[in-house]
Amino acid sequence: MSDFTMTAGAVSAQRAAIPLATGLVLAARNIRKAFPGVVALDDVSIDVHAGRVHALMGENGAGKSTMMKIIAGVYFPDEGSLHFKGQPVALKSPRDALNRGIAMIHQELNLLPCMTVAENIWIGREPRSLLRLIDHRALNRHTAELFAQLGIEIDPQALLGDLSIANRQMVEIAKAVSFDSDLLIMDEPTSAITDKEVEHLFRIIGELKARGKAIIYITHKMDEVFQIADDISIFRDGRHIVTRKAQAFDKQSLIAAMVGRELTQVFPKMTVAIGEVALSVRNLSRRGVFSNVRFDLRYGEILGLAGLMGSGRTEVMESIFGIYPADEGELLFDGKRRAIRSPQQAIAAGIAFLTEDRKSDGLFLQLSVGENMQISALRRNCSLGFVRQKRVNESCTDMCRQLKVKTPGLHEIIENLSGGNQQKVLLARWLLNKPKILILDEPTRGVDVGAKAEIHTLITQLAREGVAIIMISSELPEVMGMSDRIVVMHERTVSGILPRAIATQENIMTLASGEPL
Amino acid sequence: MPNPAIVTPDIPRAIPRNWRMPQETSIVLVLLGIALIFEALGWIERGQSFLYNPQGLLIMVLRVSEIGLIAVGVTMIIIAGGIDLSSGSVVALSAMIAGSLAQTTGFGRTVFPGIVDLPVLVPVAAGVLTGGICGLINGSLIVRTGVPPFIVTLGMMVSARGLARYYTHGQPVSMFTDAYSAIGNGAKPVAIFLLAALVFHIVLRYTRFGKCLYAIGGNVQAARVSGISVGRNLIAVYTIAGLLTGLAGVVVSARAQTSQSGMGMSYELDAIAAAVIGGTSLAGGVGRITGAVIGALILGVISSGFTFLGIDSYIQEIVKGMIIVTAVIADQYRKRRAR
Repeated sequence: MSDFTMTAGAVSAQRAAIPLATGLVLAARNIRKAFPGVVALDDVSIDVHAGRVHALMGENGAGKSTMMKIIAGVYFPDEGSLHFKGQPVALKSPRDALNRGIAMIHQELNLLPCMTVAENIWIGREPRSLLRLIDHRALNRHTAELFAQLGIEIDPQALLGDLSIANRQMVEIAKAVSFDSDLLIMDEPTSAITDKEVEHLFRIIGELKARGKAIIYITHKMDEVFQIADDISIFRDGRHIVTRKAQAFDKQSLIAAMVGRELTQVFPKMTVAIGEVALSVRNLSRRGVFSNVRFDLRYGEILGLAGLMGSGRTEVMESIFGIYPADEGELLFDGKRRAIRSPQQAIAAGIAFLTEDRKSDGLFLQLSVGENMQISALRRNCSLGFVRQKRVNESCTDMCRQLKVKTPGLHEIIENLSGGNQQKVLLARWLLNKPKILILDEPTRGVDVGAKAEIHTLITQLAREGVAIIMISSELPEVMGMSDRIVVMHERTVSGILPRAIATQENIMTLASGEPL
Repeated sequence: MPNPAIVTPDIPRAIPRNWRMPQETSIVLVLLGIALIFEALGWIERGQSFLYNPQGLLIMVLRVSEIGLIAVGVTMIIIAGGIDLSSGSVVALSAMIAGSLAQTTGFGRTVFPGIVDLPVLVPVAAGVLTGGICGLINGSLIVRTGVPPFIVTLGMMVSARGLARYYTHGQPVSMFTDAYSAIGNGAKPVAIFLLAALVFHIVLRYTRFGKCLYAIGGNVQAARVSGISVGRNLIAVYTIAGLLTGLAGVVVSARAQTSQSGMGMSYELDAIAAAVIGGTSLAGGVGRITGAVIGALILGVISSGFTFLGIDSYIQEIVKGMIIVTAVIADQYRKRRAR
């Protein structure tokens, strides 16, 4: 530990007094973190230095977010150690991390919209007057001083809810600075703001660097990394691949490092006769969400949909399914134009949509396996409003057998099933409707290896039966292994469509990062 | 079945392998327990039987029927994830409107002197429809504006009560035709209540509408994605609950032989309490009509038991409140242990 104890003596005295001009602020050693069924981080070590921006890069699920949450005290590592300013630390909570000088600026902003800017920044540690009441004048004065230092122009007394997203981000940053933190973690801070606001943000980051703060910066955007980062660490599949100075990378080598995995997993892909165009999406747009999306989907085809988080993949599918209808553009089913304004109309058009978030958009947790499975098929199995329960139960039992759903019976409450079996029940819900077009959003997320392979086999089988399939997946090997063609999205529009033959990891990542092939 | 000779062997199984005690078992036991306690106290305090008292029991069951009719509708609303606070006021409004069309000639003041001695169907239909319209307004506002059901039905609660008062400027309405009064005679209200409970028990368990209500209450977003038209089903359930409340208004006024704008005061809370005691979750997605019926019986037994013992009515209210909360705490405790 002797490498990290250079400031140990001074730490207890006063945080601000420690000189950190070039020092090592944070050293993470051999960090391991596992969640049920998945190792999120395996033997990861990184160093973060004062006055430098350290970018973490990698695909979705590479482990960046988990790493960051461990540094910010959200998760506790299973193995390994953190050394902050030379001392080993065991962070008990985000609050503990904050008190020690580690601040995280969240992707989903954690501010209270109904309070003023100043109240948000100082919440829980407001300056008090004599009677232990909050001293609003001091509160606003402190805030104004803080903003002046950072060159932020926001009225401390404005309601936070009235601010733009970019300004809220500034407030978050100011709040982090107000703790006099030595390490700031920024998780995709530019994902929702305009170019001009990005410039402002970068000026503030420059100011923080000049003051000797260390910054961990997570992003998916290539241009940004080269503009702002001093060091870059690449993560892949829960492992730390490489850390180098930013100048040592160029775009190609960066992408290569991010995707450079060997493809070992075997997918049950079969060659299937591809039929006519089932669905033609033309210039589909929804204001502020995605624009000008176009692609064709054919019967028997598995069309992969790749793209980084926030690229608009799910949103496009939600529009096609009528959950949030599009503002512009058209959908042609078998060559005929058809407007889809609601899920009912989409179902009537032969579409089925397995949603990404099982718990919030799919399952009825208190209801039984049978009730969950049959809900969409009831319309077809009713006479005079009465459900033909026997017939429905027979087809549900049949589905359970076909999909190998492991359940004590149709009466079991679905909450008691494993993730993989819940996913099979939801898939069965849609298959009972015999769809012509099946949209699968992350069909194997949170599913164990065995069930995953079964779901893959089932998807292949359905394609062979002529069903047109769209599969969204964040796992590149899965998209590449299963798809006939891959639509890649970037910044809320289609950035390219790759046929199977040239759908390499590098090509997909290049398109997903907004670079031309 | 094309060939009746082929009988699938596993259909008439005597006891399914995963047979569990009916969900109502525990509250039926509570009901029996409370009744037996009153029986014992009855012998000790008054030297009389509480249960072997046909007159007293009939009065109790009649009162339960009124609350029960409302509870059937409210249970369905709560299962679908909503709430209805307007039932008590709607009872009064329906009673006033039905009563005004059920008057007979010859006795002093009538609301509409020109139209008296109408066939009984007219006032009954008017009362039921009044409730239905209130429910339709509730449901439509909730669906179209997105204002929470609590607020919309609170508004209806206040307005319907006001309208009931304004209708005759606070004057009670009485002198009903014999046919109308007969609705409240004997055990008829009980029969009406049990019939309604049976019908909607079947609706909830065996129709698509019923299953959709559970789905909507369980997870609105998932219901929408599954292709259920959430709005239409919600409007329907509020309207049905309104119709049942209107019917309760008719029964209440027929039994009392008068309609008054103060009728049905706090019935909505008793109905909600009956549903909740019967195992309906205020979070939606869970609940049964049978539970609500037993819940209403529990409330009825408690109040008639206290009256039987001659206990102060104020104390009755104090204890009733505590029992409602205890029932729900016990239910949550039981569920948590089951996990």
